[in-house]
Amino acid sequence: MLPIPFRKEVASEFRRRTNLLMTVVSIAFLLLIGRLFFLQIIQGERFTYLAENNRIRLKKIPGTRGMVFDRKGQLLIDSRPSFDLLFVPEDAQEPETTLRRLAGFLGRDEGELLGLLEENKERPPFEEMVLGRDIDWRTLVAVETHQLDLPGVTLRIRPRRSYLLNSMAAHLLGYMGEIGPKQLKAQKEKGYGMGDEIGQFGLERRWEELLRGRTGGQQVEVDALGRRVRVLHEVEDVPGHSVFLTLDRDLQETAYEALQGKQGAIVVLEVNSGAILASVSTPAFDPNVFARGVTGEEWRALGQDRMHPLNNRAIQGQYPPGSTFKIVLAIAALEEKVIDPDTQLQCRGSMAFGNRVFRDWKKEGHGAVDLHKGIVQSCDVYFYQLGQRIGIDRIAKYARALGLGEKTGIALDDEKPGLIPDTEWKMRRFGQPWFPGETPSAAIGQGYITVTPLQMANLMATVANGGTRYRPWFVRRVESLDGTLIREYGPEKIRSLELKENTLKHVRSALADVVNSGSGTGGRAKSNMVVIAGKTGTAQVAEMRGAYVKSEQLSYLVRDHAWFVAYAPAENPVIAVAILVEHGGHGGSAAGPLAKKVIEKYFSLQNNPPDSKQAGRQGAIRAN
Amino acid sequence: MQIDRRLASHFDWTLLGLAIGLVLLGILTIYSATYSVTEKQASGLATKQFYWFIVGMVAMLGAVTVDYHHLDRLAYPFYGVVLFLLLLVLFIGSVGGGSQRWLNLGFFILQPSEPAKLAIVLALTKYLQYDEPPDGYRLRDLWAPFLFVAPLILLTLVQPDLGTAIVLSLIFLSITLMGGLRLRSFLYLAATGVALMPIAWHFLKSYQQKRILIFLNPDLDPLGAGYHVIQSKIAVGSGRLLGKGYLHGTQNQLDFLPAQHTDFIFSVFAEEWGLLGCLILVGLYLTLIVLSLRVVARAKDRFGSLLVFGVLAIFFWQVTINVAMVTGLMPVVGIPLPLLSYGGSSMVSMMVAVGLLMNVSMRRFTF
Repeated sequence: MLPIPFRKEVASEFRRRTNLLMTVVSIAFLLLIGRLFFLQIIQGERFTYLAENNRIRLKKIPGTRGMVFDRKGQLLIDSRPSFDLLFVPEDAQEPETTLRRLAGFLGRDEGELLGLLEENKERPPFEEMVLGRDIDWRTLVAVETHQLDLPGVTLRIRPRRSYLLNSMAAHLLGYMGEIGPKQLKAQKEKGYGMGDEIGQFGLERRWEELLRGRTGGQQVEVDALGRRVRVLHEVEDVPGHSVFLTLDRDLQETAYEALQGKQGAIVVLEVNSGAILASVSTPAFDPNVFARGVTGEEWRALGQDRMHPLNNRAIQGQYPPGSTFKIVLAIAALEEKVIDPDTQLQCRGSMAFGNRVFRDWKKEGHGAVDLHKGIVQSCDVYFYQLGQRIGIDRIAKYARALGLGEKTGIALDDEKPGLIPDTEWKMRRFGQPWFPGETPSAAIGQGYITVTPLQMANLMATVANGGTRYRPWFVRRVESLDGTLIREYGPEKIRSLELKENTLKHVRSALADVVNSGSGTGGRAKSNMVVIAGKTGTAQVAEMRGAYVKSEQLSYLVRDHAWFVAYAPAENPVIAVAILVEHGGHGGSAAGPLAKKVIEKYFSLQNNPPDSKQAGRQGAIRAN
Repeated sequence: MQIDRRLASHFDWTLLGLAIGLVLLGILTIYSATYSVTEKQASGLATKQFYWFIVGMVAMLGAVTVDYHHLDRLAYPFYGVVLFLLLLVLFIGSVGGGSQRWLNLGFFILQPSEPAKLAIVLALTKYLQYDEPPDGYRLRDLWAPFLFVAPLILLTLVQPDLGTAIVLSLIFLSITLMGGLRLRSFLYLAATGVALMPIAWHFLKSYQQKRILIFLNPDLDPLGAGYHVIQSKIAVGSGRLLGKGYLHGTQNQLDFLPAQHTDFIFSVFAEEWGLLGCLILVGLYLTLIVLSLRVVARAKDRFGSLLVFGVLAIFFWQVTINVAMVTGLMPVVGIPLPLLSYGGSSMVSMMVAVGLLMNVSMRRFTF
C-alpha cells in the first residue's frame, strides 16, 4: 500500500500530544520511583528488620469444633484446646543447648530430644518440628515460664476431639483426620489449608460444614528468637455448631456391650419416625486414636485387620437375610392372594424341585403348615412353595416396596444398597433368564439376596407402624453455641404401603408368637417386661448340600450369620430392632437374647429416666 | 523484498540493546526466583526462558524485516486468528490456578491473551490510520473498533484474567485517545465505565472481588491474599539501597513471595538489587518508552506513529501496573512484567512488539 503521510497540521497535533504524553509518563515513573524510595530507603530499616531478624508468622487458630449430644442432652463428643510443642532449629542459636535445657525443665530424656533433632537434620532449619503433641498442663506451664531460656521453642494450639463413648459409637460418629491432598484441592475454596483436620467418616464427615466453625488466626511478628513481639492482625475464630442426635447414649452403650467379642451390628429405630436410637457395628475402633494423630502403623493395622473394624456393618454390611425374609414373602402372598392365611401346605422335611432337593431346617418336617405356623416355626418348605406361587418378580416388588435392594438414604457416606434380584436383573447381570429352581432359595432369603441391618430394622419399623416407610435419620437439631436454632430435622416419609387391612394383622400376630408362643423359633428373646414380636434368621455362609450340620460344628468363617429382627411392644410398637451376628450360628439362640437385652434396656430407661429433669422432654419426643 | 542499504545504517541498536538487557536481567532473576537453598540449584525455568528468548529473537527479526506499511494487510487476519484462539480457550482451554487461560498445543502451552495485546494494537492502528476529522472522533464514529475489541476483552475477562482484561482496555483507550477521540467523548466513556463498575463487580470471581476489597482494606484478609502484598512489600523494602545480593534474598528464598518468577518477579529483583538496581531496571523501561515516544513524534505517517504508540502503551501500562501492584500501590490483578516475567507467550509477543518499534524507528527516515 501507499503510505498515508501526515497532513501538516495533524503531524504537529501529534507532536503536541506526544509532549503531553511525555509528561504523563514522567509523572507515572516518578511516582513508582518515589514509592520505591519510600519502601527501600525511608522504610528500608523497618522492612529489613521484618525480613531478617523477624519473620511474620501466620498462626492459624481453628474454630473450636461443635459438640455432639444425644437425645437427652448427654455429651457424646467434646472439643477442647490442646497444645503441641514445636521447635524451630533456626530460631535457636544453639539448638542442642536449648533442647538440653528443655529436657531439664520437663524432666524428659535429653537423648530423646536430641535424637529428634538428628532425625530432622535433612529438613530446612526454618521449618518447625514437633517435639510433643497434646502436652500436659505441667509441660505447658514449664515452657511458658521459661520462654526466655528456650529460644526456638513455641506452642501451637490445636483443638482436639474427645469421644466420650470411645469406640461405642465409632461408626456413626466417625473420626477426624488430616486433610488429604485431593480433599485439599476440592475444599480449598472453603478455606482449608495444609495440615488442617477435617471430618473423614460418619457424622464428622457429613456434618463437617456445620461442625467446623471458622478458622481464625493471627499475623504475628516474632523476634529473632521466635518469640512473639506483637500481633499485627487478627481474625477471630468462630466455634462450630452443636449437633443434637436422636441417639440414646445409654441404649447405645447397652447395644455395644451386647455385641462385645462378636462381629455384627445392632440398629434400633423409633417405629413412628425412623429416628435412630442406637446403631452399633463391631469390631469397632477408637476415634480418639485418630484425634490424637494416628500413626502410619496404627492406620495400616486398622486397614488390614481381617475383621474390618473400619466398616460400618449396619449400613455397609450386606448379608443374606435368611429366614427374616419370610416376612416379605408372607406380605407378598397375602397381598397377591396366592394363599389364604388358613391354606395348609404339607412339609415333610424336604421338597424336590427339578433335579434338586430343598431341605427344611427340621429334618422330620413340620406336617401341615398354615401361614401362622409357617412364620412361627420358620418352616422352609412352606415358604419354598409360597415362593413358587408368588414368583421372583412379585417377591422383588414387595421387597423393594419395603426398602430392600436400595440405599435407605441415611445421611452417612458409603451406604450399600444390598441386592434384590429379579428376572430383569438376572438377564442384565448374567445374560441368563431366571431359572424357576432359583426361586426357592430366594424365598428363604438365600441365593443372590443381600440386605443391610439398617434396611432390616427399617423393614420391621414399617411392619410395626402399619406400613409407613421413613428415611432413617439421626440428627435432630443443630444449634449455634449460644443456643440459636440453625437447623431442625424431622421424620421423612418415603412411602406409604397401601396394604390390605388384614395382611399386617396376620403377619404381626405370627411375629408375636415367634417369641411368645413357646413353639416359636424366637423364644430366647421372650421378655417378662414387654411383649416382643420378632423373627429369627440364620443366613448360610457356605452351602451345605445334602447334609445337616450344626452350625456350631463348623469352623468360624463358614459358620452361619445369625439374625434377629424385632419390634416392641407387640401391640402399639414403639421401637424396631435388627441384630446381626456374623458367624453367630443360629439366629434364635445367638441374636435373640441380644434383642431382648436391648429392648428391655430401652423400656427400663423409659420407666426410670436417668435424669428426671429430662423426663418431660423425652415424653415430648416420643409423642411425635 | 529489496534490502535498502540505508535501512541497515538506521537500524535502532539502542532499542535492541534495551530489550536484550531487560530479557537477560529477567533470566537472571528467574534463576534466583526458582533457586532452592536446600538443593543448591534452580529449576530449569531460567533455561527454558532463554530458549523462549531465542524464539523471540527470531520472531523479532521477522517483525523488523517486513516493512510496516505492509502490516496493515495482516492486521485483521491476525485479529481473527487471536479471536479464534481465545474462543478455543473458552471451550477447550487448560485450567490452572482456578482459571482457564491456556491452550495446550503439545509442544508448548499458548496463552492467547498475550498476542491479543498486539492484535488490538494492529487492528486499531489500521482502523485509525486515516486522518481524523478536524474536531476529532465522536464516540459514535468509533463503534466499529469498539465492536471488535470488546469480544477480546470479554473473552479474557471470563477466563478469568482480570489483569489482562484491564491492560487490553487501557490499550484500547490509549490508542483511540491518541488517534483523535474527543476529550469530551473520552470523559463520557470514562463516566460510563465507572457507572458500569457495580455491574461488572458481579461478573468477577469471588477471589477477584476479594483482592479488590483487600486492596481497599488490607485488614480484611491479613492471613490470605493480604499476606502476599505485605510479604512483597517486605521483600522490596528490605532490599534498601544496594540489595541483599544475588541469590541472597531471604524473602524470595524462604518462599514468602507468591508467583516469584511471574507476576512478582520485580519483588525478587528489588530484594536482591536494592533501590540502585530498581532505578536501573525502571530506567531501562523508561528509556524504551521515551525513545518510542520520540519515534511516535517523528514517524512520517500516521500508521507508523500509531503503531509505535500502541506498542509503547502495552509496555507503559504493564510496567506501571505491575510495579505499583507489587509495591502495594494497586490491588493484585496478575499482570506480568514485559520481557522479565517467565512465560513463552509473553516473551515472544513482547519481542515482536519491540521488533515493531524498531521497524518503524528505522524506516522513519525513508519513504
